[in-house]
Amino acid sequence: MNYFQLPLEQWTNTFVDGWLIPVTSGLFDQISEWIAAFIDGVTNLLIMTPPEIIAILLVLLAWKTAGKGVALFTLIGCFYLGSVALWPESMQTLAIVLVSTMISVIFGVPIGILSAMNSVVDKIVKPILDFMQTLPIFVYLIPAILLFGLGGVPAVIATFVFAAPPAVRMTNLGIKQVPEEVVEASRAFGSTPKQLLFKVQLPLAIPTIMAGINQTIMLALSMAVVASMIGAPGLGDTVLTGISTVNVGLGLTGGLGIVVIAIILDRITQGLGKKL
Amino acid sequence: MKKIEVNKLTKVFGSHPKQGLKLLNDGKQKDEILADTGMTVGVNQASFSVEPGEIFVIMGLSGSGKSTLIRLVNRLIESTDGEVLIDGEDITKMDKQNLIETRRKKLGMVFQKFGLLPHRNVLQNVAYGLELQNVSKQEREERAEQTLKDVGLQGYEESMPSQLSGGMQQRVGLARALTNDPDILLMDEAFSALDPIIRTEMQDELLKLQHRLNKTVLFITHDLDEALKLGDRIAIMKDGRIVQIGTAEQILENPANDYVSQFVKDVDRSKILEASHVMKKPKVLTTDKDGPNMAIRKMEEVGASSIFVVDRDDKFQGLLTIDDAIRSHNEHIPLTEMLREDVYTTAPDTPLDDLIGIAADAKYPIAVVENGVLCGIISRVSILSGLVLGKEKENEEATS
Repeated sequence: MNYFQLPLEQWTNTFVDGWLIPVTSGLFDQISEWIAAFIDGVTNLLIMTPPEIIAILLVLLAWKTAGKGVALFTLIGCFYLGSVALWPESMQTLAIVLVSTMISVIFGVPIGILSAMNSVVDKIVKPILDFMQTLPIFVYLIPAILLFGLGGVPAVIATFVFAAPPAVRMTNLGIKQVPEEVVEASRAFGSTPKQLLFKVQLPLAIPTIMAGINQTIMLALSMAVVASMIGAPGLGDTVLTGISTVNVGLGLTGGLGIVVIAIILDRITQGLGKKL
Repeated sequence: MKKIEVNKLTKVFGSHPKQGLKLLNDGKQKDEILADTGMTVGVNQASFSVEPGEIFVIMGLSGSGKSTLIRLVNRLIESTDGEVLIDGEDITKMDKQNLIETRRKKLGMVFQKFGLLPHRNVLQNVAYGLELQNVSKQEREERAEQTLKDVGLQGYEESMPSQLSGGMQQRVGLARALTNDPDILLMDEAFSALDPIIRTEMQDELLKLQHRLNKTVLFITHDLDEALKLGDRIAIMKDGRIVQIGTAEQILENPANDYVSQFVKDVDRSKILEASHVMKKPKVLTTDKDGPNMAIRKMEEVGASSIFVVDRDDKFQGLLTIDDAIRSHNEHIPLTEMLREDVYTTAPDTPLDDLIGIAADAKYPIAVVENGVLCGIISRVSILSGLVLGKEKENEEATS
């Protein structure tokens, strides 16, 4: 079947080595610095704050958004993370998840809005999202390392690529789901497109957008171990160490930590989505 | 000046509307164009005008293009050809800013499925139009409360739309449209989603409001009874065309074509016909000049056992039965003391529908009285024949 003898491999390498890295490395260095500063800020904040205070805040937040049961689970979960001596690792993972989620939301929600309103944008965005979600992670881990080096930054970028699509898709869906009659009514009373968006479409789309953000967080957490392969600190690193030293106990301890954080974040964001 | 003037308004849905328009101008029919090009003709060269203070009803079955037409009037849908003059200004050619201003100041709209904002309470919904115009919170809420009072929803300010019944939700929709104080109300099947009883109630409410506020109303419906009840004039649409425009009576009596006559065939006449349409000029007795002898003779003449009595100015006095007339004659009691006042009276514009029950109970004919003056009487027979024959026949009989 090799009719065309497509040298995609050579092309890509020539493109990456000959253009992408020399020409854009300045730009990527800059982006890299910003993201690194962002991650460091959040990580430091989470690690410097006494675990007890963070635990109390998490329990209160869980109580307010999701009720007593989840609050109790959060309390037990925090005790677990402390008791297996994985608190700092948990905070590092949480920081990377929070930063990737924030970047996903900052880019994802506006792109979702644009694609809901403009079918041309929608047609361009959709295949890109499919690409982002289905391209094997390791394929873009390599250029991510080339462009951003090892550590938290490429981890955040890789996590963003994998976790942002639900935020875009669900925002798009949320806006399109707003009943036609309501949109018509708003227009009939003389709303500008901006008023329509902020007074009608976004408020009504919020539960769906929150469901998208919830998915983004879950996907970001599921990337924790992969992120650690390119040098991100945290619970993923613990699991990796467990794997490489055939230490089943360590692997399970770290893995359970990820599950605990996942459940807490999931219930809180779900509760938040229902409240709004 | 006309409030709304629509000239040769056309809407073709599809990929090449201009081509569709050309086919229409070449005399092609709606279904031919659909078969040849896949394009749908929504509205086909519709022309009509609405006077200030008029309720103009556009009536047609689903797919007739009436909902498209009303959306062309405030340009929720862009037209393909033709013009829509609102106070003489063509809305189809306005720039964005003017269009938004016109919608804000001149056009209120009420929707079939209400179109309320589900995340806002009743007050915020009603104040929404003013909020879009950046009216201060205090002022817009004051005005919103006033219109809520007008539509009878006082006390529901804090309720969410989902907590209200359909009828109440539509009152909110109506209040929202009225709060901007527009000259024109566009009502798209506004009452079609409501239960029959609530619908009648809302129709009456609309007529009352219209009487007081004197808005120009463009009302869309698929219900002919509703059209006949509300419309000062009615336009009937079919396949995107307006096939007839006229008053309820004109349409009932002179349907423009088979389609319209098919429509009006099943109309419940009791709802359109009013007391004045079926009443007859009665033989009366005048208190000042006629005595008992005259009364008995007049009753004999018409073969009735009772007669209505008026004074010199035709003011209604009461009813005299033959027995009372004879007693008056024998015992020399003045006629005025023998009059019965317990007869049913009604106004000339009462729908026949309301009189059927009364007529069934009443021993004597119903007196039609306007400002104290007896203008006619209605017997059980005249109601029934009115229902069966329509009002033209009745008029002939009454005048002959």
